[in-house]
Amino acid sequence: MAKVSAATITARAKARLGDRVFEGVAVAAGVIILAVLAAVAIFLIAKAMPALVASPAELERANTDFWPFVPPLIFGTVWAALLALLFALPLAVGIALFISHYAPRKLAQGLGYVIDLLAAIPSVVFGLWGILVLAPAVRPLYEWLVNNVGWFPLFAGPVSGTGRTILTVAVVLAVMILPIITALCREVFLQTPRLHEEAALALGATRWEVVKMAVLPFGRAGIISATMLGLGRALGETMAVAMVLSPSILISFALLQSQNPTTIAANIALKFPEAAGLGINSLIATGLVLFVITFVVNALARLVINRRKEFSGAN
Amino acid sequence: MKITRTGLAIAAVAAASALVLSGCAANEGGGTTPSNLSGSIAGVGSSAQGSAQEAWVAAFQTSNPKATVTYDPQGSGAGVTAFMEGGALFAGSDSPLKDEELAGTFAACVPDTAPFEVANYISAIAVVYNVDGVDSLNLDSATIANIFTGKITMWNDPAIAALNAGVTLPATAITAVHRADESGTTKNFTDYLSKVAPDAWAFKADKVWPAEITTGEAAEKTSGMADTVTGGVGTIGYIDLSKAGKLGVANVKVGTEFVAPSAAGAAAAFAASSPLEGRDPATSMAVSVDRKSTDPTTYPLILVSYIIGCQQYADAANVELIKGYLGYIVSAAGQDVAAGVGAAPLTAANITAAEAIISAIK
Repeated sequence: MAKVSAATITARAKARLGDRVFEGVAVAAGVIILAVLAAVAIFLIAKAMPALVASPAELERANTDFWPFVPPLIFGTVWAALLALLFALPLAVGIALFISHYAPRKLAQGLGYVIDLLAAIPSVVFGLWGILVLAPAVRPLYEWLVNNVGWFPLFAGPVSGTGRTILTVAVVLAVMILPIITALCREVFLQTPRLHEEAALALGATRWEVVKMAVLPFGRAGIISATMLGLGRALGETMAVAMVLSPSILISFALLQSQNPTTIAANIALKFPEAAGLGINSLIATGLVLFVITFVVNALARLVINRRKEFSGAN
Repeated sequence: MKITRTGLAIAAVAAASALVLSGCAANEGGGTTPSNLSGSIAGVGSSAQGSAQEAWVAAFQTSNPKATVTYDPQGSGAGVTAFMEGGALFAGSDSPLKDEELAGTFAACVPDTAPFEVANYISAIAVVYNVDGVDSLNLDSATIANIFTGKITMWNDPAIAALNAGVTLPATAITAVHRADESGTTKNFTDYLSKVAPDAWAFKADKVWPAEITTGEAAEKTSGMADTVTGGVGTIGYIDLSKAGKLGVANVKVGTEFVAPSAAGAAAAFAASSPLEGRDPATSMAVSVDRKSTDPTTYPLILVSYIIGCQQYADAANVELIKGYLGYIVSAAGQDVAAGVGAAPLTAANITAAEAIISAIK
């Protein structure tokens, strides 16, 4: 909007019914989103409060525990999500670049369609695929890694006999978050101003140099937004992790062993059916912890995006 | 493409008839003597009883087309909670009610009346394994305990070889798989180990696998256990016999012989068990299984699952249907259906006791 000096009188256009209705609907939508978020936060805090303020004796009597479990669960959640992102992000950016800048039109459309199809597969199916196909298939690879590269702390033995480790879960999660990141990055890369790209080409840049100079810097904020969405899904993924992982409560960086740190969501899914009383409150309290983690991660992402706010559609 | 009017008309008729004909359900119009039990009841509880309950519900609804019975296998704990709060009219549970639970309030029952416990599902727990080249395996309780606590780590360990003369055991690492979720199967397995091998297994019977054991893998639910043992190498686990599938099943030492798990052995072990102390046999069939039995016709590693319901229901609306369904489950016909899914059928004496309790429901 153009800034007017204090001396000029700004005349407002007469608002028609259409304007008022649309403004009302837009405001209502914004308010509803905030209200839903507030309702979820209130529910979590209210249900978690008994476990947060319970004394150790009360927790003992209810055969449950909370504070000692929190650090390993947070570690497991963040570790699995980070590993998944490590696999998914380069692949997703690569696919998006291929679709937007390298592939012939027909192939690009087909590939985009197939990637979107991946997003429609339910997580239970991914869990079944992980436990029935992926785990037995990668088990020989893990044995080879432990026998030959076992000196590296991440690949320390003893190797799991079934392949259901946190590395397998990370691969499954990566496949699940790939379509989200790819779809968003593809849109962002397609939005790169033609002028920037043609200017780079005019200066004699190769295709890769155009991407490096014009596409990626422009799309950085978009890539980060896409990553945060994918990370959000990876942090909260329940069924696939519960079915594929062999869970324990511990903090360990080893990727190939039988004892793996479990995630908050998978832990809730496993324990909830048989939980009662204070046990339920403890589980919901861990859910509150996950809520806070996601909040913090998104806030950090917003900070990074804000430094490039002229390029981000969200600002 | 050209869509003609006749083509559209035919398509419309086909769609309408598909919708109408699908309303004719498969369970209508069949059965021997159609009875006029009607209404709708819901039960919640043990997942070990799950496949048997599915078979019972299907058979019962076929012969009682106006009745609707649902069973939600959410787990024994969830079942008992739902029953006590009034959300379910009966519960399936792998362990009898605890004394504290018996002293609580049962929303579906007339106040100050106690619930009944009827044993309706008896199944052997098989120790399954997946080891290349080993077709038959003998184990005793101490060896099983040492394998699952991680003291024995290789299949060709001398302790296992000593029990299996003539079998070549490979030099593979053992991966012991246990249940990640709370499970009645785990409770019965740990109960057996704690009673028969107390030196090797120092933990008490619990639905949750002891957290002090830091080796081995965890699998979710019976299906996860089966998939994990099948898909792994050198794996060993414990599972309901009816779900063991093509996995190798170990022979467990009872007394001086190695006994394979079977429905007959499980039934014999249940018959040899004594009633739980402090329960009135007129209203409760709760038993404490004799795990230390040395009789080779019994297989003491069993799971006994109960139906828990009210002796007097506060709401008389569905009492006839409840009596009809529960009576069917414990009848000879119902137990035949259970035997079809792999359970051990109740003996005639147990059926009589169960039917007596159920016909007394008001």
